[in-house]
Amino acid sequence: MKAVEVRELVKDYGSFRAIKGISFEVNEKEIFGLIGPNGAGKTTALRVIATLLQITSGSITVFGYELPREAGEVRRIISYLPEEAGAYKNLTGKEYLNFIAKFFGDGEKSRDMVQRGLEIANLGKRINDKVDTYSKGMTRRLLVGRALMVNPRLAILDEPTSGLDVVNAQEVRKIINSSVEAGVAVLLSSHNMLEVELLCHRIALINDGKIVASGTAAELKKEYDAGNIEEAFVKAIK
Amino acid sequence: MIGNIIKKDFKELFTLSTILPIVVIAIVFGLVGQSIGSIGETMEEKPVIGIVDMDDGDFSDIAMAVITERAEVIYDGGDAEEGLEEVREGDGVALMVIPENFSQNIYANHPGEIEIYWIMRGAGMMDSISPVVVEGLIQSVNQEISSEMIQQDSSFDPALVLAPTQRVETTFFKGKEIEGLSSSQLGNILSSQSIAIPIVVMMLIIMAGASVIASMGLEKENKTLETLLTLPVRRSHIVIGKIVGSALVGLIMAAIYMIGFSRYMSSFQISAINLADFGLALGMQDYLLVGISLFVALLAGLSLCIVLGTFAKNYRSAQALVFPITALAMISMFITLFKDFDTLPALLRILAFAIPFSHPMMVMRALMMDNYSLVIGGIAYTAVFTIIMIAVAVRIFNSDRLLTGSVQKKVGLGKLVWGLRR
Repeated sequence: MKAVEVRELVKDYGSFRAIKGISFEVNEKEIFGLIGPNGAGKTTALRVIATLLQITSGSITVFGYELPREAGEVRRIISYLPEEAGAYKNLTGKEYLNFIAKFFGDGEKSRDMVQRGLEIANLGKRINDKVDTYSKGMTRRLLVGRALMVNPRLAILDEPTSGLDVVNAQEVRKIINSSVEAGVAVLLSSHNMLEVELLCHRIALINDGKIVASGTAAELKKEYDAGNIEEAFVKAIK
Repeated sequence: MIGNIIKKDFKELFTLSTILPIVVIAIVFGLVGQSIGSIGETMEEKPVIGIVDMDDGDFSDIAMAVITERAEVIYDGGDAEEGLEEVREGDGVALMVIPENFSQNIYANHPGEIEIYWIMRGAGMMDSISPVVVEGLIQSVNQEISSEMIQQDSSFDPALVLAPTQRVETTFFKGKEIEGLSSSQLGNILSSQSIAIPIVVMMLIIMAGASVIASMGLEKENKTLETLLTLPVRRSHIVIGKIVGSALVGLIMAAIYMIGFSRYMSSFQISAINLADFGLALGMQDYLLVGISLFVALLAGLSLCIVLGTFAKNYRSAQALVFPITALAMISMFITLFKDFDTLPALLRILAFAIPFSHPMMVMRALMMDNYSLVIGGIAYTAVFTIIMIAVAVRIFNSDRLLTGSVQKKVGLGKLVWGLRR
């Protein structure tokens, strides 16, 4: 079964067409990257799949569940990490993880999720401090922990290493890789071409609301006779 | 340089969304004031009364002369029943009956009795103006009689000269006949018993409403809303959870406020009145209705607030959105304090009924007068209002509006109901 199937997706904001009929698939246990410049439509595409925005036309299924009809079922199996996400500032990091875990289960199941979140966030004693006191990097680690602790079948990560330093970014990439090994499918967006090349099994290059090319990093580099994905992208949009 | 900053800040703050609510509220307040009318004009109008003079003596003639000069007498006959009917039909304030032996009693050094039958139409502040004018009229009658007594004979008891008449009063109000109370006294009792509720409701709505709107603003400002909306929880549960959470905060805040307020009000209380003596006491069932009315109004207010909260871009803009709720709560409070629902002009009556916060503000008076149709009708309306507002809020939560500020499709009633199930 495909983790995600997107067919001819169109998304309008009033008279502005942000996504112009894109199609792609994400397989199980795969990291699929949507890459493109700011304003290309990456975040909009992820938000539509994450059930946050309505579909103008086209179709989306997530593990066989059709959107928007089965949005409730989709929310049970996905986890979404927005690019500019925050956490409740009056809660401690641990309280925040507890709050989220309770939506996915009670008792031992919830405790196991929180434990996993604590391990992923790896904030040490600071996990008991209020989120208000966290640095941007600490908050991002907490949010990555929150997104992956719930054992989603599909993790939708919008710029997962946004705002992180090199060390933290590498740590988050490792966490994402280990989640995929545990069976999670990942759909992520990034404008960091190097990161995408390192992390993603397959890539779709998106520009001006359209997918201009897709495949593995090696396939795209070969297709556009490029030394890296960045170069391939520039050639693809010309 | 400074001009540049002023221009930037002015443009930032002087937006349609900040100005429009104030303009609308200013217009509504203007209409309310115009509809209620002027206290000064009402005071200058002659009160409409009926009079039955069964004495025809010296002092009753004086009383009649004063009354006919200063009041619009629509009945001047010998039958009290007929007079009462005329006053009722003629929109009058009172029927004054001067019984036989009125003058004779005064000559015998006893106060002359005047029977006053008050026709009370409302218990608001503005409703008590005409009775106050009649009270002034009776004072004038007393003064004229006193003056005559002093001129005629110095052997009158000085105490009697100072107070030559005594009143025997009966008030008719909403089908009840209350003996021993003037309409002013009854109005004061009803006001003192019901004044706390409008203030509690107003504080509760403003405080809890501000909490729920701020909560929406904070969700957006702290970037937590997107995560919340992708969690496996129904949108209706998010909406209801926010409403109930804010209601609890509002209740705690209002309770703290009311402790202070009740201490403040107690300093104005002159004496305790046993409402049961006048058939005005409320039973357990009535207090239950007061509670239900208050609760559904709070839910209605909060459900309206959550709809408003969806327009908040951040905490700061959320603060501005509290203003319409504050204004609506204040309009309700002023309408219900100044006028009784039944004596409001038609436009204001519709407005008072339409604003859900008005109903718990009116409920005490309505229950004292056994006006259950207004109370139950108000609860039913407020409950329907709440359900519609929650459905609208859920619909907005299901749409793009929360994140993008626009709605993709037009909303139909069927979709509203469907949205509630999601």
